[in-house]
Amino acid sequence: MPLDLERQRPDDAGADTDAAAVAGLDALDTPTVVATPWWRKLLSTWLPPFVALTLFVVIWQIVWASAITSEFKVPAPAAVWDEFAATVADGQVWTILWTSISRAFIGFAIALLIATPLGLLVARVAVVRAAIGPLLTGMQSLPSVAWVPAAVLWFGLTDATIYFVVLAGSIPSIANGLVAGIDQIPPILPRVGKVLGAGGLTAARHILLPAALPGYLAGCKQGWAFSWRSLMAAEIIAAGPLLGFGLGAYLKQGSDFSNMPGVIAAIFLILIVGIGIELLVFRPLERRVLRARGLAS
Amino acid sequence: MTATLERSAPVRRTPAVALTGVHKTFGSGPSAVTALRDIDLAVAPGEFVCLLGASGCGKSTLLNLVAGLDRPTSGTLDVRTTRPSVMFQESALLPWLTAGRNVELPLRLAGMSRKERRARAEELLELVRLGGQAAKRPHELSGGMRQRVALARALAAATSVTDADTPGLLLMDEPFAALDAITRDVLQGELLRVWRATGITILFVTHDVREAVRLAQRVVLLSSRPGTVVREWTVGANSERLHEEITARLREVITSHAA
Ligand SMILES: Nc1ncnc2c1ncn2[C@@H]1O[C@H](COP(=O)(O)OP(=O)(O)O)[C@@H](O)[C@H]1O
Ligand SMILES: [Mg+2]
Repeated sequence: MPLDLERQRPDDAGADTDAAAVAGLDALDTPTVVATPWWRKLLSTWLPPFVALTLFVVIWQIVWASAITSEFKVPAPAAVWDEFAATVADGQVWTILWTSISRAFIGFAIALLIATPLGLLVARVAVVRAAIGPLLTGMQSLPSVAWVPAAVLWFGLTDATIYFVVLAGSIPSIANGLVAGIDQIPPILPRVGKVLGAGGLTAARHILLPAALPGYLAGCKQGWAFSWRSLMAAEIIAAGPLLGFGLGAYLKQGSDFSNMPGVIAAIFLILIVGIGIELLVFRPLERRVLRARGLAS
Repeated sequence: MTATLERSAPVRRTPAVALTGVHKTFGSGPSAVTALRDIDLAVAPGEFVCLLGASGCGKSTLLNLVAGLDRPTSGTLDVRTTRPSVMFQESALLPWLTAGRNVELPLRLAGMSRKERRARAEELLELVRLGGQAAKRPHELSGGMRQRVALARALAAATSVTDADTPGLLLMDEPFAALDAITRDVLQGELLRVWRATGITILFVTHDVREAVRLAQRVVLLSSRPGTVVREWTVGANSERLHEEITARLREVITSHAA
């Protein structure tokens, strides 16, 4: 039955004064937001880390120039830069980066596919929570390097070893993030979903998952960090002809050849990728989600 | 036939909501709290009933039972309508949706097309004096404005399921308690207007006698700890006298707890 609410609206002047009074009250009552200009935000985000990095390089240069330790242990910043520039020049850096980043992404994607239903189960089914909840939390504090020897014995020096270690590192974080996200949902929201007619999967789609999103994203962010970290551990320890040449292997090679500039360049690259993905993917995603809910400015 | 004519017919139809000997006890053993005792209450289809009572007398508990969010410990509860729509004491908006999307959600879940529900949401926001604010997020609105979005959402849910035989049922738990006097007055007027226009059944909880007398056809007074029905009044022409009478009785009920 379509209703015509408009028809029921009184046409007298009383309604207009009402509307005006309510609008006035609203104007007085609405939270005000002070907008900061974009350039100031940009400056306050990027200037401090830039200054810190510059200072770091300057101190490094001073330590090197003072020759406190041998050139072999602390190479000049310029030597590291040259090493880096050489790998860029012959294109090697791109294949190294691609090998590692593609592995991390595929591993992370598989981890998402496994951890999401797992987290839902743990959060919603009491028996499952009692059975594997503590284990899942405990797994988070187990360094994933610990899996490398076992994985090598199980899968040999193949990609399966690498992916196993990455999954072991990231699944607990993602699943735990989702569980925490669901646990923190205000109890009124599922009730609202119920009275609005959302049940079962509809409730999960419209209420549960969106409400748990901040916690889930935090878990994903940590899961990414763990999967990147585990990948590097696996690549450094497990090297072989069947395995592609990734960042970890590049680092290991630098160490094997006593090529200190190469080692430092590799460490920087690992850091840059880890931080870069966080800044380019997870930070904006998280900010968007939190801002939409008024949880971040 | 207009809704008003329909309502003036004798209300002898099957009640929309019927509670018979309903008890509700929370917990068990020595720490158990009996919130409701032996409640008998019938609400006719299309009727507007106010439940009146002091804080803590079990009004919200009763409403939750009718909403199907909780079960009575004993007694029977019969709700003969489509799913009841509820407006909670707090606005309970979904913080990740805009005001408009919050209002649209029940319509979306009821399977209404996007275009239709958007138009309807805008119409309902207009009704609660929030026209053009559909894109605002809950955190960008004041408490009173959020409460009005919640009213629009509850009305959307209540009227989306209305059909000729079974009018929708709207349950409201002190919905206007947190609003300032002017806004409350406007919204009470709008609620009455929507009720007259749609013929929905409304069970409205309040602790404000004036509000009860203004809105309801029937006022039901609950005592506290445990909540039982003390008396009920049909609201007639002389509302000022009724207001005094109910206030006096409410005062009596509350004072009896001081002893
Ligand atoms: N979930 C609960 N567990 C235990 N006691 C409850 C619960 N909900 C309500 N109560 C108790 O039941 C009584 C009635 O509460 P409520 O229905 O919220 O009152 P009102 O809405 O009239 O203020 C109160 O004494 C309250 O403490
Ligand atoms: Mg209450």
